Amino acid sequence: MKFETPAGRNPIDNGRIVGKAQPRVDGALKVSGLAPYSYEYHAEAPDAAYGVMIGAGIGKGRITSIDTSAAEAAPGVRLVLTYKNAPKQYDVGHAPPGSPPPEKGEKPGKHNAPQLQGPAIKHFDQSVAFVVADSFEQARAAALLVRIGYAATAGKFDLAAEKQHGKMPDEAPDSDIGNFDAAFAKAPAKVDVTYTTPDQAHSMMEPHASIASWDGDRLTLWTSHQIIHWAVDGVAGTLGIPTDNVRVISAYVGGGFGSKLMLYGDPILAALAARQLGRPVKVALTRPQIYNHTSHRPATIQRLRLGADASGKLLAIGHDVWCGNQPGGQSENAADQTKLLYAGANRLLRTRQTVLDLPVGASMRAPGEAVGLLALECAMDELAEKLGLDPIEFRILNDTQFDPEKGPERPFSTRHLVECLRTGADRFGWSKRNPKPGMVRDGRWLVGIGVASAIRNNLAEASGARVRLGGDGVLTIQTQMTDIGTGSYTILAQIGAEMMGLPMDKVRVELGDSKFPQSSGSGGSWGANSSSAGLFYACENLRDAIARKAGYNSTEVTFEGGKISANGHSRSLADVAGKDGIAAEGKVEFGDLTKRYAQAAFGAHFAEVAVDSVTAEVRVRRMLSVCAAGRIINPQTARSQCLGGMTMGIGAALMEDQLVDTRFGYFVNHDLAEYHVPVHADIPDMEVIFLDELDDKSSPIKAKGVGELGICGVGAAVANAVHNATGARIRDYPLTLDKIMAKMTVA
Amino acid sequence: MKAFTYQRAKTPAEAAAAVAGTPGAQFIAGGTNLLDLMKLQIATPHHLVDINHLGLDRIEATPDGGLRVGALVRNTDLAADQRVRRDYAVLSRALLAGASAQLRNKATTAGNLLQRTRCHYFYDVTKPCNKRVPGSGCAALGGINRNLAVIGTSDQCIATHPSDMAVAMRVLDATVETMAPDGKPRAIPIADFHVLPGETPHVETVLQPGELVTGVTLPAPIGGSHVYRKVRDRASYAFAVVSVAAVVAPGQTRVAFGGLAPKPWRVEAAEAQAGLGARAVTDVALAGARTTEQTAFKLPLVQRVLASVLTDPRG
Repeated sequence: MKFETPAGRNPIDNGRIVGKAQPRVDGALKVSGLAPYSYEYHAEAPDAAYGVMIGAGIGKGRITSIDTSAAEAAPGVRLVLTYKNAPKQYDVGHAPPGSPPPEKGEKPGKHNAPQLQGPAIKHFDQSVAFVVADSFEQARAAALLVRIGYAATAGKFDLAAEKQHGKMPDEAPDSDIGNFDAAFAKAPAKVDVTYTTPDQAHSMMEPHASIASWDGDRLTLWTSHQIIHWAVDGVAGTLGIPTDNVRVISAYVGGGFGSKLMLYGDPILAALAARQLGRPVKVALTRPQIYNHTSHRPATIQRLRLGADASGKLLAIGHDVWCGNQPGGQSENAADQTKLLYAGANRLLRTRQTVLDLPVGASMRAPGEAVGLLALECAMDELAEKLGLDPIEFRILNDTQFDPEKGPERPFSTRHLVECLRTGADRFGWSKRNPKPGMVRDGRWLVGIGVASAIRNNLAEASGARVRLGGDGVLTIQTQMTDIGTGSYTILAQIGAEMMGLPMDKVRVELGDSKFPQSSGSGGSWGANSSSAGLFYACENLRDAIARKAGYNSTEVTFEGGKISANGHSRSLADVAGKDGIAAEGKVEFGDLTKRYAQAAFGAHFAEVAVDSVTAEVRVRRMLSVCAAGRIINPQTARSQCLGGMTMGIGAALMEDQLVDTRFGYFVNHDLAEYHVPVHADIPDMEVIFLDELDDKSSPIKAKGVGELGICGVGAAVANAVHNATGARIRDYPLTLDKIMAKMTVA
Repeated sequence: MKAFTYQRAKTPAEAAAAVAGTPGAQFIAGGTNLLDLMKLQIATPHHLVDINHLGLDRIEATPDGGLRVGALVRNTDLAADQRVRRDYAVLSRALLAGASAQLRNKATTAGNLLQRTRCHYFYDVTKPCNKRVPGSGCAALGGINRNLAVIGTSDQCIATHPSDMAVAMRVLDATVETMAPDGKPRAIPIADFHVLPGETPHVETVLQPGELVTGVTLPAPIGGSHVYRKVRDRASYAFAVVSVAAVVAPGQTRVAFGGLAPKPWRVEAAEAQAGLGARAVTDVALAGARTTEQTAFKLPLVQRVLASVLTDPRG
């Protein structure tokens, strides 16, 4: 079904189960260890051999020699793959044979990820060899016997040094509205400040892992991936086989944050080796490999120029972004949110992407906004301070109810930023904030409060589902949709239960298998709304089929209490389904409502921090997020999403930093001891408030994403609170104690 | 990880003799550091001698009023011991400031003293490191070195010793007790136990091949206020950016520093300056410090921390 007109009232609005807190239906499986992750399909892939990937030891250059003889002679070793003996693979540009042509503007085979393609080294820890043995220990020991010689060449590893070579990326064209230069020049109040954000690592719990098993020319691949059909397409394309010959299973994914939107060495190398050996092969990347072999959130340099009139109305908004990536890699569109967040007639947004030889940069939780807001929302505070305005009032003064680039003809579908700010201010005790920095002490601690707006563009992707009502009265839902720890199993069960009038325990959800209907998958916060909408239409079709089979006129029927009812008659669903059951499929596709309406989720984040006046160590004391994100399908799992985003936002503000050694060209701190993410002791009291909101332009579910909204702006709220506490304005993330100590204006 | 053989020793003498007599042998106790190093091929023992069953897991009073801590006493147990909490609070606090609860449950007293540096490049076998591969060079000197040492270093190595516990033991004048492969005991003042890198950064202690740490003796309690102030980049589970262990008593102040040097750093001569303030102490204790652009902040930082400790030792 194409969703192209605003949704009217529908069964989801009954709110019997949807909108109510529901514990995770897969929770017991997970805490008892029974939920299998990709590396754990022991019975399905018996007698698997173990693979160990070897990564390149240089940042750029070429392999000059490879000696695998000692490894091949080592106990238990079955195969050593290098570029010299790797089977033929296909790079981006080659779609799987028999595939339909790609959609307009898309490259064929865009998910392809060939490994061991030649002696050229493009980045550190690029795969250079794959050792397969009977046991993991044998493979790991043998991997250390592979001798590889390199000739390193000079690479581009320093964004600041390379940024002047940046070019406008296709996906981020300049946005030039009005006359920015003139307006900024004559603005009575302005800031011109440059912020930097470092490379960041997803640091999800489950490593990238795969098991490959062949049956003739058919491959079954258990791999940890966020979007099943992308994985199928990329594996089939890389191997040059039809997509029908590839089955991908990612039933449980232990966190992704964008890192598992792409394919890396593990699935491809496992598939190649398993085919050659005629035996299943499994491999998990090691934690250090994840930091340099897989993707990361690229660093940015951001110049913000904001000009306002004396009353605080923004006259000019300038946001210049510099980022870098491997050739062909995506840009970090950190100016995206600046298109939509605040009013202002003169706007100049530019992104320049330069070539870097660091590991590939890609999406990480709220790509663009997460780092863009770190800069924009601090610059807004800087300008508010210059104007002598309260940061919240300054933001409210510059609210807009339509796309400020396109004008009133493109209104927001819903936008409750002002309500988020006001509600949060009230609940957090904003009125107690002393606007003058460094004025509040608690013993040796300096205390401050900060705020930031949150916006995350609402994305939607086509998504399908299959539903079957069995003679036992149980509804089974099948879709390729994945659950990356977000709660997909639970919310889809809620949608199914609501639609069919069943209790939660009469719904079974099966996810993450390419034999199910194609789905949106999990990315860009589109998963919950899109996959729920696809399931909605599947359930509508099932309701029709049940009503027909029951002999009822489907326009008048209700589904409640496990029964179908019409005109005073009712029958149990189990009875109607009979022993053969009844099945239906459905799919959502999205029309042009996202073009006609600006669609985004909004929020406001509040943070109170204490900064040690001696050491400049920062402790976040409490936090509040207020979110307006359409219908909240499950307040419990949505809250968890927000808490996770807030935690990650604290990390971005205070500690996360992939340290680049620009001599060698790699991320130096490549484990969880040295790449700091917040630990429990860093996380304070956190609260989340969801405002009542329905977005009838988003889908029949009227929901929007929250997973990324949760991180958007959090770090800026923390940084603004640090400024309020100490007077230190740090424009170089993360705000480590050495930087704060150097700029503290009080002691 | 390289394949290795394994032996469970029953007596200290057997353990020491086994390591001395077997090429490429190492002791293993808690394994919290060694196993990581083995997985990364940084440590490549051919033979492991398990010393967990030697009975060196007791904390006992000594005749002169001190405590003898067995080499295998777990960090958790040492930190929780009532006598340690009462008489050597700086040690208990330092232990609890280190690692995580899980690691402290496993990590031992001797292992903590012998843990290796956390220099990024020591942990990366694709990069030069004089400590890991003598003569290969030091990648840290011109690289990422914010968490490294500013004093006691050499042109060969600027790694820190990462222990919190050892800094407290240094301020308490502990003595490390060992047994040589021939069964002879030796008592080594903790000041002399770790050695500076000089031209041989791979040599970190005065231990001889096969010499087994059997325990650590703490002298009789000295009273005073006990402080362990650890500055770190997150609230827990992070190595010290800098740390200060102090015992402050009327007329007597003892101070040792962590996060600054290749060993727990204490300069007794500097302590006499305590009455003149923190600056006077650090001027002596850290005289000759050599910082990098990234580590320069450690000097003002440690001075601020020390000032705070001296002003309010109970804070």
